[in-house]
Amino acid sequence: MADRAPIGSGWRERAPAVLIVFLLAATPLVARALGDPFIVKVATRVVVFAIAAVALNFVVGFGGLVSLCHAGLFGVGGYVVGVLAWHDFNAEPLLFLPGTSNLLVSIPAAAVVVGLLAAIVGAISLRTSGPYFLMITLAFNQMFYYGAVALQKYGGEDGLQIMSNVTLGPFDMSDRYRFFYLALAFLAAAMFVLGRVVRSRFGMALRAASRNETRVIAVGVDPWRYRLVAFVISGVVVGIAGALLAAGQQFISPVDMGWDRSGDLVVMTVLGGIGSVWGPALGAAAFVVLELVLSSWTSHWQLAFGLLVILIVVGLRGGLADLGALAFGRRGTETAHG
Amino acid sequence: MTSSLLIEQLLNGVQFGVMLFLMSAGLTLVFGIMNFINLAHGSLYMIGAFAGAATQAATGSFLLAVVAAPLAGAVAGLALERGLFQRFYARDHLDQVLVTFGTILALNEATRIVFGLTPLRMNLPDALAGHVEIIPGVPYPTFRLVILGVGLAVAALLYVVIMRTRIGMWVRAGASDRPIASAMGVNVPLVFAALFGVGAALAGLAGVMAGPILSVQVGMGEPILILALVVTVIGGIGSIRGAFVAALLVGIVDTFGRILLTPALGGMAIFMMMAAILAFRPKGLFPAHG
Amino acid sequence: MRIVLAPALALTLLSSAAFAADPVKIGFLSTFSGPSGQLGQELLDGFNLALEQNGKTIGGRPVEVIQGDDQAKPDVGRQVADKMIEQNKAQILTGINFSNVMLAVAKPALDAGAFIVSSNAGPSQYAGAQCNPHFFAASFQNDTASEAMGVYLTAKGVKKVYLLAPNYPAGKDFLAGFKRTYKGQIVGETYTTFGQLDYAAEIAQVRAAAPDAVYFFYPGGMGINFVKQYDQAGLKNSAPLYGPSFSLDQTVLPAIGDAAVGAYASAFWAETMDNPQSRKFVADFEARYHRIPSSNAAVAYDTARILDVAATAIGGKIEDKAAFRKALETVKFTSLRGNFAFNANHYPIQDFYLAQIAKDAKGRPVMAIREKIDTGHQDAYVGQCKMAAD
Repeated sequence: MADRAPIGSGWRERAPAVLIVFLLAATPLVARALGDPFIVKVATRVVVFAIAAVALNFVVGFGGLVSLCHAGLFGVGGYVVGVLAWHDFNAEPLLFLPGTSNLLVSIPAAAVVVGLLAAIVGAISLRTSGPYFLMITLAFNQMFYYGAVALQKYGGEDGLQIMSNVTLGPFDMSDRYRFFYLALAFLAAAMFVLGRVVRSRFGMALRAASRNETRVIAVGVDPWRYRLVAFVISGVVVGIAGALLAAGQQFISPVDMGWDRSGDLVVMTVLGGIGSVWGPALGAAAFVVLELVLSSWTSHWQLAFGLLVILIVVGLRGGLADLGALAFGRRGTETAHG
Repeated sequence: MTSSLLIEQLLNGVQFGVMLFLMSAGLTLVFGIMNFINLAHGSLYMIGAFAGAATQAATGSFLLAVVAAPLAGAVAGLALERGLFQRFYARDHLDQVLVTFGTILALNEATRIVFGLTPLRMNLPDALAGHVEIIPGVPYPTFRLVILGVGLAVAALLYVVIMRTRIGMWVRAGASDRPIASAMGVNVPLVFAALFGVGAALAGLAGVMAGPILSVQVGMGEPILILALVVTVIGGIGSIRGAFVAALLVGIVDTFGRILLTPALGGMAIFMMMAAILAFRPKGLFPAHG
Repeated sequence: MRIVLAPALALTLLSSAAFAADPVKIGFLSTFSGPSGQLGQELLDGFNLALEQNGKTIGGRPVEVIQGDDQAKPDVGRQVADKMIEQNKAQILTGINFSNVMLAVAKPALDAGAFIVSSNAGPSQYAGAQCNPHFFAASFQNDTASEAMGVYLTAKGVKKVYLLAPNYPAGKDFLAGFKRTYKGQIVGETYTTFGQLDYAAEIAQVRAAAPDAVYFFYPGGMGINFVKQYDQAGLKNSAPLYGPSFSLDQTVLPAIGDAAVGAYASAFWAETMDNPQSRKFVADFEARYHRIPSSNAAVAYDTARILDVAATAIGGKIEDKAAFRKALETVKFTSLRGNFAFNANHYPIQDFYLAQIAKDAKGRPVMAIREKIDTGHQDAYVGQCKMAAD
């Protein structure tokens, strides 16, 4: 019955993702029951970084490309939303277009801008591989960072505050519950779509190229093009995450795109487990919640955090997703990875 | 720009580059030969600087500080290598990044607990504190010339050891084919541990040489780590010669970028250079393997 | 009517009785980790010292201080501030040391009904157009220390000055403040990358420009690097260093050592300040924490004093926001800084002194006060502030 039919259709892959979305969807109810609406804000941050980590893992876990410019792309997405809202609030046209605080316009705009940038960065960076790819993407990340610092009109290093009320069509999105479900919808969509892509012919070629490049070339596939498309898809999704961060906290700053934030995203991804589409979402949740909880206990929290990271990487080879797999009674991570 | 100013700035660039080389040499050896990404290399640099400053505070001797720092770096490095990192040689680069990232956080915080929050001081002995007029009309800090000398000496020594000695041959053999090197009687784990120790000692030395110029404080390792990674990658991972050339290039481009370009562009200069070099030479200037 | 009114009245009485028992909740958000982690601790120590000396009370009520680490990241600061206000019910936020964190935190915190009484960051936005009834800076506005130094160097007849600062808004504020009041010639103005390590190239440019003085703003590790390297380059005598006190205070002086001796700072407070409350504070702080306090600690101490005096004036009922605002605006207390009053924009009116780095009896470098250079200084933005009524 239910446990037989889905074999081969990716159900095992999808079940944990569905579970994650359902658990997250319940947090506002928990927040209301406990009378603690702050939980929803934490959950929103978890969801935003989960989208970013899932996006990053699309190139890390399935393309074998460790990118350090994802915080830069993330920040650009945020700046698109912020700059459009700034022009809306100040009633000053941007070139010849009016600004907007409507996410129906600004999120797609962010996706397009980040997608274009990712195409340029990817086209150049994908000439390299391995650690060289890591470092050339770091270089691009720094260019995005200094680019944002140079935006004096939009606050420079101080960052850009969104003064207008962010909307989604006719809906006011300053309501935290509403905004949370919007972000969650994006996370669910990202995991669903990226999961489909991973299992498609395209995804198979991408994964094959990361394991044995020569063989893939021998059968007439140009890995560079596959990787570029994957990089752009990943960039678009991380740009949307950045757009959601800016809209949710009504603020974006160059600090959100520093190289250390790129490093954080890699840590979330690997911490969660790169073998599955949903693993990095666990990593993002662990990262955000641990950071918040540990730092409220002691100002030496980074010692505990560092040791915890070491313990996890020594003990769990597939990241936190292994815990999930253990709970499910099998090594679920191997399906996609090996 | 007058010619004497131009020469002075060139000297500044070269001197900064040589300091980056001290830091990058160990990184590129460990990275290239053992295929291990050690982000905690910056923490070893910090440990060297703190050990140096503490030694000087206790004994009043700068010379002892210069001896203590590489020792402290090597001891800390070997402890990390034997206790933790050696398990990761066979694992993914990503796991290496994660474990060394955790190490950075833990070591930074541990240093803060031991030494407190206020940055430490390192003084120079009077003989090195002054300046020398090597270019007429332009006094140049003596200690920066010392850094220049130490960096060049280390570069020459490493080159000779790796290219001309039996130990260097073992190292190169261990890197190119581990099982065969073992079969031929090379104790690969020992060679790797020794190599890691040497890299750590060099980081410690870089730390103590930076101490009198830079602030000795928690977190000092990360900005320099980024620059060292840039140098390593531009030079070609695993190549000492590449690291040397790239370090000078980065030092000079950074120096002139800062004085000739706007601040935002100046900050970007070395990253734009790295992107441009890698776009045309995807394995760096002096690819060590293939 | 009566039946309805009586319980309402009883409720009011009950809740005002509850005032005395309920603790005052203060969110202390600052940078406690990373390279700037020292700043947060310095601020917290000064703040806690004042609370301890006051029997851990504010306005006669017990105090609960909720500590939070912003990691010098605006988005992290925003999240922790939200937590303090929503989960811990913090009524007052203080401690923030970076302008960018303050700008991310202030609007939502004020919208949520909290008071912000800054013990450090004083961005120009909140001094001018964005001034807010519930936002107070007990510290300083960024430009002011530089304005005072500009006045002094002009009066002293120093003809050529070279300016240096990091390329970020506070750096620009500091140099803009200096240029506002300095009438001599600026022979060079250099902005460096934030967090830069080596300054040899910039120092060579300074030497080539041959200024009579250098005015610089480099806080934290940048200042340590710059001052040491400037000394080694042998320029200290031909072009002496001048800066706001933040470039040369006790957070960096122990690490710079002799290289700083002889440099000048414009300060609203220094560890050698000659008034009884300040001498007592320095002695108490050293006894408690085994180091000389910086001006950051002193201002944080003053901040706690301001909160207590203002809350005491209204019987501890800080929940009455209009009354608390009024009490803060008109607060009268013996500041470590001597003269102190809040201006119309809720930023300080205070005096500035010229200090020179010298060694104290134990051979430690300290800021020694030389003369008063500006009396009752107010910031340049107060004219743009139209303070709203409650």
